[in-house]
Amino acid sequence: MKLTGRILALCLATGFPIGISAEEKIDPANLEAAYSEDGRYYTADDVPTYNIAEDGTVDWLTYSGFRRYHSECHVCHGPEGEGSTYAPAIKSAAALMDYYDFLEVVTNGRKVVKAGGQDSVMPAFGENPNVMCYLDDIYVYLKARGADVVERGRPAKKEAKSDVIREDENACLG
Amino acid sequence: MKRLLLLTSGMALAAGSMALANDGLVAEMGDPSQWAIQTGDYKNQRFSQLDQINADNVGDLQVAWTFSTGVLRGHEGSPLVVDDVMYVHTPFPNIVYALDLANDGKILWKYEPKQDPDVIPVMCCDTVNRGVAYAEGKIFLHQADTKIVALDAKTGEIAWEAVNGDPSIGETNTATVLPVKDKIIVGISGGEFGVQGHVTAYDMNTGEQVWRGYSVGPDDQLIFDENTTALGKPVGPDSSLNSWEGEQWKIGGGTTWGWYAADLDENLMYYGTGNPSTWNPAQRPGDNKWSMTIFARDIDTGLTKWVYQMTPHDEWDYDGVNEMILTEQEVDGVERKLLTHFDRNGLAYTMDRVSGELLVAEKYDPVVNWTTGVDMDPESENYGRPAVVAQYSTEQNGEDVNSTGICPAALGTKDQQPAAYSPETELFYVPTNHVCMDYEPFRVSYTAGQPYVGATLSMYPAPDSHGGMGNFIAWDNVNGEIKWSIPEQFSVWSGALATSGDVVFYGTLEGYLKAVHAETGEELYKFKTPSGIIGNVMTYESGGKQYVGILSGIGGWAGIGLAAGLTNPNDGLGAVGGYAALSDYTALGGQLTVFALPD
Repeated sequence: MKLTGRILALCLATGFPIGISAEEKIDPANLEAAYSEDGRYYTADDVPTYNIAEDGTVDWLTYSGFRRYHSECHVCHGPEGEGSTYAPAIKSAAALMDYYDFLEVVTNGRKVVKAGGQDSVMPAFGENPNVMCYLDDIYVYLKARGADVVERGRPAKKEAKSDVIREDENACLG
Repeated sequence: MKRLLLLTSGMALAAGSMALANDGLVAEMGDPSQWAIQTGDYKNQRFSQLDQINADNVGDLQVAWTFSTGVLRGHEGSPLVVDDVMYVHTPFPNIVYALDLANDGKILWKYEPKQDPDVIPVMCCDTVNRGVAYAEGKIFLHQADTKIVALDAKTGEIAWEAVNGDPSIGETNTATVLPVKDKIIVGISGGEFGVQGHVTAYDMNTGEQVWRGYSVGPDDQLIFDENTTALGKPVGPDSSLNSWEGEQWKIGGGTTWGWYAADLDENLMYYGTGNPSTWNPAQRPGDNKWSMTIFARDIDTGLTKWVYQMTPHDEWDYDGVNEMILTEQEVDGVERKLLTHFDRNGLAYTMDRVSGELLVAEKYDPVVNWTTGVDMDPESENYGRPAVVAQYSTEQNGEDVNSTGICPAALGTKDQQPAAYSPETELFYVPTNHVCMDYEPFRVSYTAGQPYVGATLSMYPAPDSHGGMGNFIAWDNVNGEIKWSIPEQFSVWSGALATSGDVVFYGTLEGYLKAVHAETGEELYKFKTPSGIIGNVMTYESGGKQYVGILSGIGGWAGIGLAAGLTNPNDGLGAVGGYAALSDYTALGGQLTVFALPD
């Protein structure tokens, strides 16, 4: 699983810009919510994940991730994680990648140096509270996009923001 | 005393060569067989006197030769042609090629700078570069990492280098430079990283910094004095500081990455400043002067003669950086020196470029809805201000509220892609975007070198229109009217070229080079190049033959925003993904295509 994610992520860096079709490799256990805690959802392995109700209501983190993604990430990776001429599509990457690898790449960045000016450089966001305080939100949103359970565009219905999420956010932003 | 003498003689020498340098480039720009500056001339007209290719025969145009740049990213700007040598630049890593036009385009020299790839992710929206400049036997390159390099035009040897900014705090460069008199005047990018924007003049011969004028901050940094005016009235002391809360101005934006113009008779250079940082207006109360502003500065000292802020307290990211096009035209029976500017905010401004008086401010796309128009009454306390429509005000709707249906989108009715002007038709030919947006601002904190945005955007084609995302229009700047408009499927992100042959050229994001009639807009020719076009069309003559050149290579903000197609969340689920995706039409590239008539 881990290996597949890494290989795919490297392939993505060369892609223009979309059309990744490796959905069959996604492990359902990495998607399904096993339990929830204070408005956040987790898989059986305690990895954050999305929760989409039958009427399309998304959990708060998925909604928040939509907003934060389109503030911090979309200027390179394009709208809704679809990729651009500049940076790879990352919606599938989030669904395929190991959660802890995802955190590592966002925190520390990644460089793929190639000939002909095609260097692909992901910056390190480790010191950026606008990203780090919403890392799970962005991860969960992209995973929902990669699993194709959330449409492009702004999710129409969302769960309320829980008090714990609000307190954690304030503590993180300082 | 000795030092003073030395200094004086140094100045005398500089003054001597100054006149020569200026005359040299002015002569090259006046020769239609050359394309000596990115903007066509100091007036930014992008007009050529060449007429061998004309409305009658342009339909016979053929590809004469091509050149691959070896880089596959967004290719903005255009090549230069001086003395039968073509200078071609690329996006990051910013390679420069000198091609011998007298010898089938043989590469005379190639310059490839060494730049730290860490600059790539601090460049908002792709690693584009809008081209090199030429003056006094040198080629001037302003790299992504803000290093300015002067190269010997004959050999590619480095004559001098200077560093204009610091990428580790988000200062980068995408623009060309303005070579004027004995100076190179350059800008800075990084409005999405909380940069304090500025323009800086360097000595053309040594690379020494001569002056730097900031967009926001105290008067000495702005280079304002008691004679600096806005709409005819002195701005008074601390005009910028008084329009910000606390020290937000220090990370206040106002970057300067557009195309500059110069009027040698007035000794003024003209440019516009970008958005105030952050995109969340609630975090920066006040007018945020002088972001979103047209500047007229003295070429030699940087002293600001006049300013005009188009979008006080921006709420939509409507950068004011687009080019200023200088013309001499009759207004109400009087010949005037005009400046015309097509702003991101959807308004086209016509001003007196000597006095800074506002003559016309009209929408150049009828869908523009965030304002009902500009107050044109000099007696009014709101003189020169746009009236903001409350429904589309992201400030009035507040943080964490999604304001919907705002036209234009943040990329503006036009971005940097420069318009052209024909003194023969007295029309402006303007590549435009026809895109609207939802905009939700929220609180963000500043970290040096990290994105500092603070808003979520969704963009989609203008509703209730032709469904496309662009138009190519002809504009009458005296009457403030659209003369004709050609709908385009995608935003038109290519710089236009007007010629004396009654032909206007532009490129499209699908990759077409198009030629249309200057009077009617009738399509006369099109050819699909290998990749989408975000470069600017240029023309030159070699061996008695007229050529038209264009860089292909999809990318830039167009490639990021449009690659996967747009969606309109307001249309309901059925329409999501229903709009054209650029990736269905074109792929990455990096190629120059040169056209000519058959022999």
